[in-house]
Amino acid sequence: MDLDDTPDQAAYRAQVRTWLEQNKSAAPILQGPGALEDEAEILAARRAWQGKLAEGGLAGVTWPTEFGGQGLGPIEQVICNQEIARAGVPGILDAIGVGMLGPTIIAHGADEQKSRYLGPMLHGDEVWCQLFSEPAAGSDLAAVQARARLQDDGSWRLSGQKVWTTNAQFASYGLLLARTDADVPKHKGLTMFIVPMDAAGVTVRGLRQISGEAEFNEVFFDDVSLEPGSVVGGVGNGWGTALTTLMFERVTIGLGGEGMGYSSTRFAAAIAADPEARRDPEVRHRLGEITSELLGVRFTGYRTLTALSKGQIPGPEAGLAKVTIVSNAIKAGDLIADIEGPDALEPSSAWSYMISFLPGLKSAGGTEEILRNTIGERVLGLPPEPRLDKGIPFSELRSKEGAAA
Amino acid sequence: MNLALSDEQVFLREAARGALSRFKTLEAAREALENEGALPDLWPTACEAGWPGLLIDEQHGGAGLDAFDAMLVLSECGRVIAGIALLGHLPATAILNDSPGGSPVLADLASGERRAAYLPVSPPNDLGEGWTADPAHGARRAPAPTATAAGDGVSVSVSGELAFVPDAPGADVLVGVAILDGRPVGVCIDASADGVTVERVTRYDATRSLGHVSLKDAPATLLDAPEEALAGAWYLAQSLLAAESLGSVEVALDVSVEYAKERHTFGRAIGSYQAVKHGLTEVLRQLENGRSLLYYAGWARDGAPGEFPLAASAARSVAGRALDEASRTMISVHGGIGATWEHDAPLFFRRAQLSRRLLGGTGLATDRVAGELFLQADAA
Repeated sequence: MDLDDTPDQAAYRAQVRTWLEQNKSAAPILQGPGALEDEAEILAARRAWQGKLAEGGLAGVTWPTEFGGQGLGPIEQVICNQEIARAGVPGILDAIGVGMLGPTIIAHGADEQKSRYLGPMLHGDEVWCQLFSEPAAGSDLAAVQARARLQDDGSWRLSGQKVWTTNAQFASYGLLLARTDADVPKHKGLTMFIVPMDAAGVTVRGLRQISGEAEFNEVFFDDVSLEPGSVVGGVGNGWGTALTTLMFERVTIGLGGEGMGYSSTRFAAAIAADPEARRDPEVRHRLGEITSELLGVRFTGYRTLTALSKGQIPGPEAGLAKVTIVSNAIKAGDLIADIEGPDALEPSSAWSYMISFLPGLKSAGGTEEILRNTIGERVLGLPPEPRLDKGIPFSELRSKEGAAA
Repeated sequence: MNLALSDEQVFLREAARGALSRFKTLEAAREALENEGALPDLWPTACEAGWPGLLIDEQHGGAGLDAFDAMLVLSECGRVIAGIALLGHLPATAILNDSPGGSPVLADLASGERRAAYLPVSPPNDLGEGWTADPAHGARRAPAPTATAAGDGVSVSVSGELAFVPDAPGADVLVGVAILDGRPVGVCIDASADGVTVERVTRYDATRSLGHVSLKDAPATLLDAPEEALAGAWYLAQSLLAAESLGSVEVALDVSVEYAKERHTFGRAIGSYQAVKHGLTEVLRQLENGRSLLYYAGWARDGAPGEFPLAASAARSVAGRALDEASRTMISVHGGIGATWEHDAPLFFRRAQLSRRLLGGTGLATDRVAGELFLQADAA
């Protein structure tokens, strides 16, 4: 049992560190003195930086070399992330594209799709967004209603609405899950599409969150035309394709861990600076409980990495770490606000954004309730709840749901 | 990076599970609540398996293994609520093993021919509190000063009161920390010497052997263990108790899950209801989180000794809460019968409630986590 790099990993780390030292002056400054403020400027600078990272081999570390990646494993991806964080420079702009959507296209896409889209995605020239969730299809993702209909000329017409779409406001393409057959059970009538975000009939609208910022979008599709060859992974196979994306999402979350900044070290440092708070038994007790659990998550991450490096795919239990991170970050924000008082809630406070962001994060990437269902069933082997939707054509389902209510 | 059990560790765990399965420990734990003599003597089994010498170097007759291996064995003991005197013995042997001058008793302790008990003393924290021991009573159980030593040379005399010392009754040797001229020193005391009194105390969980130790000018051998080794024994004890607790959580969860699959109400298994399912998943969450911290503690003792206090305290804090949650969930999933002597759940509950109050209690460990992180922040 050890946490040290193997000689190969140490050599890779040194190589990444050297590259970053030589190139970090080109990285955009996003915080502190000299930080960029104009949104368009930030975006352009981050695109350019992603391109630079890609040229240096620091983007798409796990992608196969034939698509511009490094063909390395998850451990090297983590080493790369650690070194980028250590250098104090931003990572890639399009983590969703490179981390989840690109790997989905690599797994299920046609050769023409791979050669057309993967290169610009990796270099940040074309940013991607994930168009899966809908107002009435979140936890129950297979209930999507966005409808794509095949035309005589082989093209498709798409109508519907997506939501919680990060980066949609500047994305070039989206990977979209749509219903193509409503007369079969809901998991079977789905198809995955590539959608150009500048197509006629696509409307993107920012969705403001508790903090007042709009990081997510709603996206509306009004009779949008999709060219033949837009389908990824075959008509009717959309659910299987989506599961691939979600598997890569779990890997990304599993490797991200404290990358969200909700770390025991950071919370403790905030309170350590207050000489009275750090002596207060109640503060110490609350902080000790919170940070114990967050420290556990750090080592759960190492366990996940060990599994990955042995070729095992992390199971749904990685979701438990997300529950632990979110619930303890919420408690940490609460504790810090108790100590600092109303000033902690001001936009100028270092904690206001986090406090506002976390209630929504409970539902992101699978709600806590759904995660507990999934883990209870797949890990503990508990029986599922009875379902009303098994084997029923999607078109009949909605009337049945209405009757049950 | 490799945070997984080695083949040898898997073998050690399986061998421990096999050895302990020969005893009806749960039945004995229940019967012992009314008849202390009902507990099987598991020490010969421990000796046969080589557990007393786990942390003693091979040159002194031990196995020379590390803390994580010891934690694996304790975890197996926790699974079956076995009362084996390892929680007291192993930290004591760690102090002696880390004393360069050695000790003539090490070989006997490695074979298990003689048994040691560790006198638990909590090292100073970030607030500068001194070395403290658990008091027997008192409001909020404020820590008591530890024993003091007097004299010069290798032989000293030690005085002090140490309450709820694990495995003290019947121990041949007591090993702990005393304050000599304002400095902490390791001391080794023959339990049969004049001035040593061990009063057996039983509280709530009859499988847990505890003693109030009273020392009045008791003759002791001064050990040349470094201060880190004296503090390290405390954190080792915290890690071992954490491992033992999580072993109990594993079984409490397994038994609860099996019942939730079998028991039907309103035409379906109760485990299909979210209220039950989510409660069991919460136990699994705490178990997995605690297990990760056991890896942290097991790695840190040798791999990053500066972090061992943090790692061991965090493991103890999470494991203590996990066992409380697991035993309460075990009771409620089983319904009313889970709260009776017809079922094993009360044995896990008793284990949970007493364990959480020993060795400084889960609360002191939790406080230590905050304190260690403050020290890290100061150093950054």
